Amino acid sequence: MREKILYVLGVAATLLLVRNLYVIFITLPDEQDQGAIYRIMFFHIPAWFVCFTAYFLAGVTSVLYLVKKQFKYDVFSVSAVEVGLAFTLIGLATGSIWARIIWGIWWTWDARLTWAFITCLLYAAYLMMRNMMDDASTRARFAAVVCTFAFTSVAITFKAIEWWRTQHPGPVLSLPGRSAGGTMDPEMEAALRLNYLALFVIAGVLIAVRMNQEKRLREVESLRRQVHAM
Amino acid sequence: MTPAVEVQKAWKYFGDYPALRSISLDVPAGTCLALLGRNGAGKTTLLRILSGLSNPSEGSVRILGHGSRDYQARARTGMIGHGIGIYDELSAAENLRLFARLFHVRDAEQTVQQWLTRVSLDRVQNSVVREFSRGMRQRLALARAFLHGPSLLLLDEPFTSLDDRAIALLQSLLADALKGGATVIMSTHQLREAMELATHVALLDRGKLAHSGERPVQMLADPTWLYRTYGDSQ
Amino acid sequence: MRFLRQTASIAAKDLRSELRTKDSLNAAGSFALVIIVLFSFMLDPTETQTVYELSGGLLWLVFAFAGALILNRSFARELPNDCLDMLVASPVSSSALFLGKATANFTLLLVVELVCLPVFGGMYNLSRWSTHLGPLLGVVVLGTWGVTVIGTMFSAITVNLRLRELMLPILVYPIMIPCLMAAMKLSTVLISGEAITGDDWIWLRLLIGFDIIFTSLSLLTVDFVLVS
Repeated sequence: MREKILYVLGVAATLLLVRNLYVIFITLPDEQDQGAIYRIMFFHIPAWFVCFTAYFLAGVTSVLYLVKKQFKYDVFSVSAVEVGLAFTLIGLATGSIWARIIWGIWWTWDARLTWAFITCLLYAAYLMMRNMMDDASTRARFAAVVCTFAFTSVAITFKAIEWWRTQHPGPVLSLPGRSAGGTMDPEMEAALRLNYLALFVIAGVLIAVRMNQEKRLREVESLRRQVHAM
Repeated sequence: MTPAVEVQKAWKYFGDYPALRSISLDVPAGTCLALLGRNGAGKTTLLRILSGLSNPSEGSVRILGHGSRDYQARARTGMIGHGIGIYDELSAAENLRLFARLFHVRDAEQTVQQWLTRVSLDRVQNSVVREFSRGMRQRLALARAFLHGPSLLLLDEPFTSLDDRAIALLQSLLADALKGGATVIMSTHQLREAMELATHVALLDRGKLAHSGERPVQMLADPTWLYRTYGDSQ
Repeated sequence: MRFLRQTASIAAKDLRSELRTKDSLNAAGSFALVIIVLFSFMLDPTETQTVYELSGGLLWLVFAFAGALILNRSFARELPNDCLDMLVASPVSSSALFLGKATANFTLLLVVELVCLPVFGGMYNLSRWSTHLGPLLGVVVLGTWGVTVIGTMFSAITVNLRLRELMLPILVYPIMIPCLMAAMKLSTVLISGEAITGDDWIWLRLLIGFDIIFTSLSLLTVDFVLVS
């Protein structure tokens, strides 16, 4: 039953994404200053929000794991980090393409970009570390501690535009239309909102699928131990 | 009188695999419990929980009337694990001094000297442990475990890999400790050595407590009696 | 009181066994000197102004690399004979154990740094490096504490992994970045012979802030790492 709901949600979100793609690429006109490239923002901004939300929730569930020692929290945090990392890569790639067109460079060592990159490396290391531990309980404990530390880096990335002068365009929601000094076009805002919805639901479905796998994985591990103990 | 060790419905999971299943065990003060069972039955896991190295996943453990990680419980427990637990780069006296300080032994220096004499390492006390023979290291490890006059001794396979001299020493140390009112819990395969001291036995079988109680008389003549009577006859 | 005594005992134990073999001190010290030599190929050592501008960054790279060697040994030292089990089973609290080991690592790394600093200043002809010696040492102490407190924590985690020598730097450097970044900026200013002014105060605040954050985070979570 749960799996069916997941599939339905996944299909619905994919259909919404297709519909959004049509609107973004066909219906909406070019933006007045940035031209065609502004469309990448419909993916760039939601992708970052998805990954920050995922990392934030992974941080919260890691602390919960340490307090309650229930595997469901560990399962959630590893799934969230994995999906979050995928969206981080989407965010970095789309940002990089946008920067090539608008700034003329693929990358700049700007505070926000740098910290986003560091965060990406950190969570990749977290996943690597998990691979190197055989006992599920130890793995969950250590991973939770690392995830708690890693969250400081997410917090810095988020705060980076306030702490340091940065080239990264500021407060995010007003971005696409603001370059002209006005507010965002309502049509664009609606498209952005719907794409938020699509990406968030897709991420949620991916996390849920990943959680199932992770649970099965632990069951297989323990069955294997049981066989060895016989 | 409160038991030295009270374990109530303790479970320990490694992942989803239960290494200990609902263990309930009271060990009265002043007794010597031999913890028996095959490899992988959970003896080490249980001893690690009693030593405060590990927390039970469910259930509760009281050591000498305190929580298993409390200062009061830890300060009065002595332990011998799989490794000998002494530092190769330090000298014999430095090793003992370190643990005397960590356990807040009064008259630390005097106690250290007494123990060095007792395990016959007083003449080499300033040599680095790395230069010691195996037997000397084992005797030093015994001194480390008994140094602070513990009320509870947790020994994981203490007779395995000891030489004759160390076995005799350990047996006399344990006999003295029991005479002084201490409680001893040891896991062991060397049934003959253990049965001379054990007043109680507990048998673990694949994480479950198959039997616990006073040592049956039959075991003196036939140490494997318990396995055959209560063990899983698969 | 008891806590401090235990912390001191653990730190003294680590320092004593390190001084007996000097394994990690020698390794970290010579590694640091090798990197300082390598820098001379990376930049033109006669262009003193450029060296001044890069000095903080170069120094802290040296310190961080040398630190990883010391930190790798910290808990690996406890592995033979299962000594860590004995410490955890003794009446020492996890946080006292952690602070003791962190203090020992801090002292060792500081010794390496205090050797590297004048060598670096002398070999690259940075005549002004010691004009603000007091504040510079203060920054070195604060930065080193940040590096060692994070490093000790992760040394405790990675000691149980396969490939622990590889995993420690991968995990530890990204987390250390805030401390390293602040220490680099401040050291560059001070080595160039200037005082910390205006805009640079934020870096000092960041450095102290991160020291406090990472120290308390470590003390809060270390029990979960040491007790299974």
